Amino acid sequence: MALSGLDIYKLLPKTNCRECGFVTCLAFAMQLAKKAVSIEKCPYLSPESKEVLEESGQPPIKLISLGTGEKKMDLGNETVMFRHEEKFRNPAAIGFIIDDSLTDEETGKKVGEINKLAFERVGQKLDVNLIALRQNSTKENFIKVLKKILSSTDLGIALMTKDTPTLEEALLLSKDRKPLVYDLSGKHQECAKLCSKFQASMVVSGDSLEAIGKLTKEINSLGVTELVLDIGKKPLKDKLWDITQIRRMALKKSNRSFGYPVLVNAENVDPYKEAAEAATFISKYASIVLLSGHKTWEILSLLTLRQNIYTDPQKPLQIEPGLYPIGECNEKSDCLITTNFSLSYYTVLGEVEASKIPTYILSVDTEGMSVLTAWAAEKFTPSKISESINKFGVKDKVRLNRVIIPGYVAVLSGDLEEQAGLKVVVGPKEAAGIPSFLKNL
Amino acid sequence: MAEEVLIEKWPGTVSSVTIGALKNEGGSRSAIIKVGGQKTLPFLFKEGQIPNKPVVAFEIWDISPDDWHPELIKEYGTSLKDPVVWAEKCVNDHKAELLCIKLQGAHPDFGNKTAKEEAGLISQLLKKVSVPLIIYGCGDNEKDNEILPACSEAAKGEKCLIGDAVQENYKTLTAAVLADGHNIIAESPIDINIAKQLNILISDMGLSLERIVINPTIGALGYGLEYAYSIMERARLAALSGDKTLACPFICFIGQEAWRAKETKVEESQQGIIWEQVTAIALLEAGADILVMRHPKAIEKINSHIQELFGS
Repeated sequence: MALSGLDIYKLLPKTNCRECGFVTCLAFAMQLAKKAVSIEKCPYLSPESKEVLEESGQPPIKLISLGTGEKKMDLGNETVMFRHEEKFRNPAAIGFIIDDSLTDEETGKKVGEINKLAFERVGQKLDVNLIALRQNSTKENFIKVLKKILSSTDLGIALMTKDTPTLEEALLLSKDRKPLVYDLSGKHQECAKLCSKFQASMVVSGDSLEAIGKLTKEINSLGVTELVLDIGKKPLKDKLWDITQIRRMALKKSNRSFGYPVLVNAENVDPYKEAAEAATFISKYASIVLLSGHKTWEILSLLTLRQNIYTDPQKPLQIEPGLYPIGECNEKSDCLITTNFSLSYYTVLGEVEASKIPTYILSVDTEGMSVLTAWAAEKFTPSKISESINKFGVKDKVRLNRVIIPGYVAVLSGDLEEQAGLKVVVGPKEAAGIPSFLKNL
Repeated sequence: MAEEVLIEKWPGTVSSVTIGALKNEGGSRSAIIKVGGQKTLPFLFKEGQIPNKPVVAFEIWDISPDDWHPELIKEYGTSLKDPVVWAEKCVNDHKAELLCIKLQGAHPDFGNKTAKEEAGLISQLLKKVSVPLIIYGCGDNEKDNEILPACSEAAKGEKCLIGDAVQENYKTLTAAVLADGHNIIAESPIDINIAKQLNILISDMGLSLERIVINPTIGALGYGLEYAYSIMERARLAALSGDKTLACPFICFIGQEAWRAKETKVEESQQGIIWEQVTAIALLEAGADILVMRHPKAIEKINSHIQELFGS
């Protein structure tokens, strides 16, 4: 956990020697807390204090990178328990378990389908991240299927091997792809040696928190520091408890043994059940979620949830400003004006759709602010609105020669009429009033 | 060395709200539903008591919901034409434990049904089904002030949950709920301060905080879900930290929002069902206590998820 300026001050010599370039030790401590200077600037720091300060400079949950190129994914480095405190930083990776019992053709088909799982929503690209190959048979089979996978996808790779010779050969083949080693043999020492040799990240599995904590320490001492924690197979509520504890211990107690991203295996033959578990852990603290199903409808819903949960609460989602026809619009259709804050737009959209009256929505670029916020910040002014009216050709498409503004900004109507050269009608204050408003227009 | 688990000591408790009254309690329900009462965050059973499960209410309407998704219309078939038949189908075929009757038909744009008609429907529903009832207005303040007091009276003593009370319009409904012994839904548009304020206003009229359920208003998956998610988390954290004015259970209208999403408007029926399901799962993690839902399959999946979470 990050130390405050005062916490740091207590660790300094408190001699105000000024050799660091600051007038007092306290001033230096404040800059250290902001990470604006390096602790090296203090020549009189005790070794113990130095260790504490260096430790506190590490992120409480380690940042782990897997995959390469466009498919490189960053995991971990989270700093909060709740997303309203600060943005959740690195979205959970979604991975798919493939068994090595598949034929070449089946593998190619499945990987091809997984490759296609990419969507676009509100201007963002949503895609999947990993393929986890699980060993069920011989080394030869595993390697054969791995080769097929490596040649058919750019996605990240996880190696779920059952013996170390297989793992070694698999790592030789895939080391350039920054794979994740998820060995199921239980021989963690041999496995750690290989991870160290190939610079691979390693999954640490344990049935209990105690077992996980013990193992991470042991594996760290073997020189492997890029770890991912696996909370294992257990009832849903126990998984939820463990993953919450891991996050709390890492963030609140700076417990290094738990300061790693967490993996949840949600695989289930029932796609609804699988989605239920995956959605639970996308919401609560998983950095990798493994699935067996890859149906488009299941994955789209999970990727959308991930997008929602990992949205910056301080920076609202925006939509592309523009003139949107809703329903079969013609030149007699009206035009409602709102902002490009996605929630404002979608609320208006929902009501227009419910009204069943084809209507245009003009989304004005307010940098993602809602109606009243944008109005207060002068991003939703008569001149900004008339700029949008001209830019998106409202007058060419809407022949009624009038536009409708939100009721809360009725005060804009006079100036807007003048500047835009259109009649301005004041609409309802709440979007819920839109259907009856349109009906009675 | 044993790793020490981190238990938060929450001073607050979510209030426990009872919906429905048995025969010996002045009502005629065969079972009652309790929600709330948690002393910890969702499903952290090892940290504090969670005495009641979240519960799903089937949403039914007083008129045929012609603009509902074809998948939903196919699912309920001709029962949609008659709210009583529809309610019976939910209870008998789908084992509904709780029903939410939305009086959409009272809205001036959707048939303008009278208070007498709606009160008559409530009496009939109470006669024909024995599960507890949520009575939900049409959203037009003026009209709700006519129909909801009449429905409240018709259901006197049945301990229904009735809504919505909103900041500009809560007095009439609060008075009716108070007089007839029901519970109230207080709606606040994704705003924790309004939620708090409205709860105070309602309790100032004499209706205790233990009879209020918060409707935080939600967005569906992909349509602002995260706003409601965080507002609910913040309110619940405040409640557990001891703020009694926010310590009410949440009701979330999942079905109504989820089935509006553009993504559900595709041929594959599963897309809508899973959209409703995933919206519900996420909001359960944020603290939802009552989920008002539409598709029987999505409801079945959520019930089994809740069962799994509460399983031994």
